[in-house]
Order: sequence, then C-alpha cells, then structure tokens
Amino acid sequence: MLKRVGAASVDELFSDIPPEIRLKRKLRIPEGESEYGVKREVQAKLATNTTPPSALCFLGGGVWPHYVPAAVESITARQEFYTSYTPYQAEMSQGMLQALFEYQSIMCDLLGMEACNGSLYDWASAAGEAVRMASRVTGRKRALVAGNAGLRRRAVIQTYAEPAGVRLEDVKFDADSGVLDVDDLRRKMSDDVACLYFENPNYFGVIEEEAEELVSVAHGAGAMALVGVDPISLSLVKEPGAYGADVVVGEGQPLGIAMNYGGPHLGIFAVKDMKLARNMPGRLIGVTSPVDDPDGRAFSMVLQAREQHIRREAATSNVCTNESLMAVAAASYLSLLGKEGFRRLGEAVISNSHFAAKRLSKVRGVASPLFSGAFFKEFAISYRDSDAASVFGRMAKSGVLGGFPVEKSFGLGKEAALFCVTEVHSSADIERLAEALEAAL
Amino acid sequence: MPEGFQQAKWKEPLLSELSRAGRVGTTPPSDRAIMEGSPEPASLVPKSMRREALKLPELSELQVLRHFNRLSQMNFSVELGMYPLGSCTMKYNPKVSEMIAGSDSMKQAHPLQPAETVQGLLSILSDLEGFLSEITGMSRFSLTTAAGAQGEFAGVLMIRKYHSARGEHDRDEIIVPDSAHGTNPASAAMAGFKVVKVPSDSRGQVRAQAVKEVASDRTAGMMFTVPNTLGLFEQEAAEVSEAVHGAGGLMYYDGANMNALLGRARPGDMGFDVMHLNLHKTFATPHGGGGPGAGPVGASERLAKYLPVPLLSRKDGTYSLDYDLPDSIGPLKGFVGNSAVLLRAYVYIRLLGASGLADVSSLAVLAANYLWKSLDQEGFPVSHGKGLHRKHEAVVSVKGELPGNAMKVAKAILDYGMHAPTAYFPLIVSEALMIEPTESEPLEVLDEYASAMNRIYGEIKRGALGKAPSRTSVGKIDEVKASHPLTLRVHW
Repeated sequence: MLKRVGAASVDELFSDIPPEIRLKRKLRIPEGESEYGVKREVQAKLATNTTPPSALCFLGGGVWPHYVPAAVESITARQEFYTSYTPYQAEMSQGMLQALFEYQSIMCDLLGMEACNGSLYDWASAAGEAVRMASRVTGRKRALVAGNAGLRRRAVIQTYAEPAGVRLEDVKFDADSGVLDVDDLRRKMSDDVACLYFENPNYFGVIEEEAEELVSVAHGAGAMALVGVDPISLSLVKEPGAYGADVVVGEGQPLGIAMNYGGPHLGIFAVKDMKLARNMPGRLIGVTSPVDDPDGRAFSMVLQAREQHIRREAATSNVCTNESLMAVAAASYLSLLGKEGFRRLGEAVISNSHFAAKRLSKVRGVASPLFSGAFFKEFAISYRDSDAASVFGRMAKSGVLGGFPVEKSFGLGKEAALFCVTEVHSSADIERLAEALEAAL
Repeated sequence: MPEGFQQAKWKEPLLSELSRAGRVGTTPPSDRAIMEGSPEPASLVPKSMRREALKLPELSELQVLRHFNRLSQMNFSVELGMYPLGSCTMKYNPKVSEMIAGSDSMKQAHPLQPAETVQGLLSILSDLEGFLSEITGMSRFSLTTAAGAQGEFAGVLMIRKYHSARGEHDRDEIIVPDSAHGTNPASAAMAGFKVVKVPSDSRGQVRAQAVKEVASDRTAGMMFTVPNTLGLFEQEAAEVSEAVHGAGGLMYYDGANMNALLGRARPGDMGFDVMHLNLHKTFATPHGGGGPGAGPVGASERLAKYLPVPLLSRKDGTYSLDYDLPDSIGPLKGFVGNSAVLLRAYVYIRLLGASGLADVSSLAVLAANYLWKSLDQEGFPVSHGKGLHRKHEAVVSVKGELPGNAMKVAKAILDYGMHAPTAYFPLIVSEALMIEPTESEPLEVLDEYASAMNRIYGEIKRGALGKAPSRTSVGKIDEVKASHPLTLRVHW
C-alpha cells in the first residue's frame, strides 16, 4: 500500500503536521480490552443502576416509561437501517426514505397537521426551533410561553430564541386548576407577539381545556399558535390541528423508544399550512418517481434548498444529523398498535393514572391530585408536611422512582411532586408505590 | 454493466394501503382489576377536548414486520458494502456496543432519577468526558449536544457569551473558510453572527495572511476544520489561531474530521478554544439512517465555564449532573444528552485503547491515500494541494467537457453494490467527489472500489456509460419533480 502511496512509512503521511503541534507521546487512556472484557466491565457498572424491571419508575416530565414492543426493537435492530446514513443516494436508500415518509404521514394524521419533518433531536430543541421559525415568519420578536410548560423546555427555548433576538415572556397559570390563565394571556397578547407556545397536556399533566380559546387569542393578534404534545395523549385528547394550532412539536420517545437516560429521543415538528414547509428546519421526504417510470413511485429528500448544505448561512436551521432511526421506531410503533390498539393504550394510561391518583389520596398527609383540572397520565400531588425532594430520595432508596419534586419557580412550594403512571403499571405496582410513599413520608 | 449486485426491489405499498379495518398488531397491556372499576376512560377527558376521529394504519404484527423488513432490504448500509461518504466517516460499528446499549439498566434509566441511583452510568459518562478531553487536549466536555451541528451551535454561543461577558458587544462576525461544512455558517448565523468568508489558496490551505486581512475588532471567532474538507491538514493551523487570537477572537474546531488525527495531534495543542466531536463518526456509533448521533462540545480552560449544562461533577466519590453553572450558555436539550450513544462511544474507546485509536487514524489515512492513488489520475485529478498527502479523505474533480460527470460517477458506482462518495462538495471544487474509505475496509475492497471508479471513468470517456443506476431498488430519481412537492404526506 505504501508503495502505491509513495511513502516510506505511515508516519510519513503525517509529516505535514508541523512538528510543534504533533503529539509526541501516547494518549493517556487505558489500553484496549477484549470484547468480552469490555462487555463484562461495562455491564457490571450499568448493573448498579436502579432501573426497571427490578425497580419501579413513575417518573415523567417529558420522558415516560412505556412498553416498547418486541417487534419495534426487531425493526430498529435491522443493520440495514441503523448502519446507513442520511439517504443522499435516493436510488439506493428507498427503504429509509419510505420509512421516513410514512413516519411524516402517520404523524400528520395523529397531530392533524399537513407537513411533519423527518425528526429533530428532542421536544425541547424542536420547541426552540419552532419559536425561531415563528419569529422568522411573522417578523416579530416577542414570544409568549406558558408558565405551566416544562421548565427544562422553556430553558432550551430561551437558549435557542435569545440569539435570534426573541424575548420570552411567561403566561401565568391558574393555581387551582393547573390550566393556563386565559385572562393573563389576553393581557400580554399584542400585535408584536410572534407566537404563543403552550403544552397540552401541560407539565402537570393537566389537559388545557380552553385550548381552542388560547389559539384564538393568539390568532386574533396575528401571532402563531405553537403546541407541544405528548403524542400518547392524542389517543383520547383532541389533536392540535383540530383546535387551530399552526405548529406542533413534541416528544416522540413514548412511541417505541426507550428512555435511555435522556436520549436518543425524537423531536416532533409539524406544521398545519403546507406553505410553512418551506420555512421548516430539518429533513423532509417527498414522493417522486424514477425518470424512466413517470407513473411509478419513489421517494427522496425534498425542499433541500432550505438546508445548511445548500443554503449555508441563510438556511432555516443548521440541522444535519437528526434522529431518523427513532422516527422509524415511531412509525413501526404506531402501525403495530394501529387505530384500535392506540385507543386501548390511551384508555389504559388514563385509567391507571386516575386509579393511582385516587390511591395516593388515601395515603396520610397527601393531597392528590393537587390540581382540579382533568389529567391524562401525569399528575401533581402535595405533601402536608414533607419536603418533596427528601421524599423523592427516600422512595428511590426503596426502589420506587417517582414523585419528582416540582421545581420551585412554579411557585407551588417545596411539597409538590409529579407522578407519571402508564400502561406498564399494574394495580400491584401502584400498591407498592403507595406503600413506598407512606413509608417515605 | 457490472455483474453480481442487485438490490432488493419490492414494490412495497404504503402502510395506509396495507391497512384493513379492525386489525391490531400489538395489544398494549392493561390491568383488568383497574379497568373494571374505572369510569369510561373517554369520560375523564373534558368533552370539548375529546378526540373525535383517529386514523392510524391497521395491520397484523407479521405484516408490519414484513413491511419494514422489506424496506430495510431496499436500504444500503455499512454492513452491506463500502460506504465512503466523505466527511461522514462511515466506519464499522461494533456489535457489542448494540448489545450493551440494549441492557435494561441502560434503556430503562430515566433522566430525572436521583443521581445516587445511576452512579454506574454516570461514572461511564464521566470517564468518557476524560477520554475525549485527553484525545483533543481540551479542558472539559459537555456531553449534552445531540449532533455535530448542535455542538457547533453551542460552541458559537459560548464564543458570543465570552465576548459579551467582557463587554465586547461589537464582535459580531465569525470567519468561516470557503471549504467549510455547510453547518458552520448555518450555526454561526443561528447564533446571530455575520459570516465572513475566507478563501483557501490553490493548495487548499487557509493562509494566516488571508485570515489577518479579514480579522478585526469585529471578529468574534473563526470556525476551522482540520484536516479540512479537502482532506488536507491545514499547515498554518497554529498561525491562523494566532492571527485570530491576535485580533481578540476565539478559535472553534470543527471535529468532523477527527478520525485523521487520533493520537497524532490535538486541537487543544493547535490553539483552539472550543470544539465539537461527532461520536457517530470518529467513535463508531451507528449513523441510524441520519441520526441519532452525539456531538459533545469541548472547551479550553478559559471557556469551560460557558459550556452548555449539564456538566458531570464528582464530589466525595459521588457523581452528579450539575445544572447550576451561572456562566453556562444554558441547556440545548431537554435532558442530559444522547446517553445511549455516549455509552457506545465509551465502549469503542475501551475496546481500542490508546494504541488502537492511534492505529485507527494511521489506517484511515493510509486507506484514503491508497484509494486516491489507485484512481485513474487523468480522470480523477485533484484540484488542490497537488503533491500533498491526504488525511482521512481525498477530494477529486471528475474530468469532462460538460458538467454532470460527478453525478454520473456517483450513480454508476451504485450498480457495483457500493455507495457513492459525497458528490459536489466541497463547493470550491467543481465536479467534486469526496471519498473517505475509513480504516474499516480491507485492501481488496479498496482495490475493487478504485477499479470500479476507473472503469466508470473509462466508459464516460468512451461515451459507453449505460443508464445508471439500474441495479438499485429504483432507477434514477426525477429530482425536478421532487423539488416541487405538493404534499409531504398521504391523504387516505
């Protein structure tokens, strides 16, 4: 090989690196181990984590414990999918292209939208991109953000929006029901507002009953309505397209993707008006045909002139690698459950969570649920005289992860905690949760 | 016409076309004891907010599996054949990483669970941070960013914060070479900067003198890719750093091409202040058909306090995630980061170790030079840096009277059962093909690739190149039609 290259040694191939910046020693990292050795070492470390199935997880907040069907894992474990890359050569990558197109299409049906991109990193960054897009489209620099939206997502929106010159302002929520305060929204809404961002269900799991009114207040001022969703809720709760949302973002993780200690997850990003598609971030897949078969069907990336590899500094976003494999997981998950299975899933989730809220209300010193608003799978409760952070820690020691302390900026006091109950939790699990809570209080 | 390859051609319908009312592929769990004593589930949703109609495909489990398995057969991948997409580093992804990442103790870990209950995983992430810092010569890494582009965005935001903390609000320009990846100018613009382009010289090098000419008290920093997208080491990297620092700016290192330098040179030693790595490139985590990836962002000591939260910390032997860093640019992701991708990168580094990683770069660079030299030098000349060795990749310009030859080669090579190089990039090379074989390919496969390229060029020259591709799932795609989509979904 060296002979053909015209070099006397491999080192010679690096001889153009100026000597003063060459590394003249070995990297200070351990020498390699056998596959067996590494597997043993890493699995032993991971085994010290407290996780299901030996522990119970009642944590939510934007990542939720749901069952991932075996068939979904079998599909995402296909090396043809997971060892490929962005389908730049469409003729050789029809499989990934069609799978992503089907993801876009299924999500549009679920959300009531017209165009969904091929994925973004996660819910929070998708929300950040959405606020930036709303500012681009409206030419306005103020954004109203629901005060009952997830705090971490609001912080990410801030990171994304601030360099675009967009100022964020919180809209208050009602401390009794947990829903957004429409009057406060009306007071803050004006014709310099680019968008309203709210979540449905909101961070406390409460369904925004006045969603249609919230959207109409935004539209009345010429602002866009951006809604963040947990897609599982759309099994029973009205889709944002049906109450006028312009952009829907959300977390696709519950659609057949493991919690993975924070990722990879799936950022959902969809728009109602096809015209907005040209202003969207991320990859878009469309239908075309082979040149020689104009009636045939083939898939390819479309509207690439929005993207960084073509448009550079004028691109709608810098997104390149996104979460395609996760979108394949979501498409297979939703088609496996189908219309009927997905509805049954929603029914199990809402029934289990209400059963749990009721059961916890019987624990001494607990007010459950904290809010009067209708909830789907998460709910807040309050402890009469215990601090939520210490209860959270004590319960975790007994192998029950749940009761995440509500962040203090929500103004609910140190005693408020969030629980998430899904189809994976049986009545016996909920009983164990109640007992663990009782012991921890 | 080459022999021996034929990609699967299923005329696979859409899920919506396969759907038949009443079919359920997977039944979700439900607890009879709870359901029987509960009110009608829909009644728990306020009437005005109930879902009225829901359209989802209805198929059996076997049908769904067949559908996606057939699609997978119509998708080319690293485990099927050579995939030398330049700047994408399509190397082999160890199977054991998938196995380990598949453990319940990874998959079922919730990002909000108390740090005390995930010490095993946090210790791995902390060790990974240490490895990445040592490999790059950076002081600290934030592992939160989900992809290279998100790492870039974080990096330029850090540069912005650094200057504004010093009251230098007029520094609103970022210098980007004309050979840069498209994400560089896009990230700089997202962070609110004006992009100032600096040209490469005929050797494909960014000269310190050219940088000095555009650097000023408006310069916030410069984004620099080393080796660059031409596959060439930037000889004046240290001088360019000096020029930008001299003007009061900071240096950003685009680590997309780090596969060339493991154990050979470190961005930190070249004067870079902030950088990202693409773990799905250099550190062998699977590309997933376009993600997931991970793009950790690293910083020198003076910039470390601006890193995006969370950072890992260790006190009294206990690891935790630190969100409370007052100077941080803030979070870019809802939760920690793509932990399951980070875990795979850790496994890769543990498998190879210091010597193995150095071998990776040696072999990747040897393979790139070998493949380049095996190409017909008349048909595939280099436009820049004649006489210089390449690093991890080589860029050639396909010779021809009329434009379109790079596209012809890219499509024709698919019929040999091998993926095309990156075509028409970098933008400064006409009819560009950017070839990155990585360290994973055996010698015979490199020979096979070169011989296919040479044969195709010969056919172009003789006007004998047939219609291509013809052995892929579909023939050449109508791109004009694709660029005017009326819809991006199915209405059914």
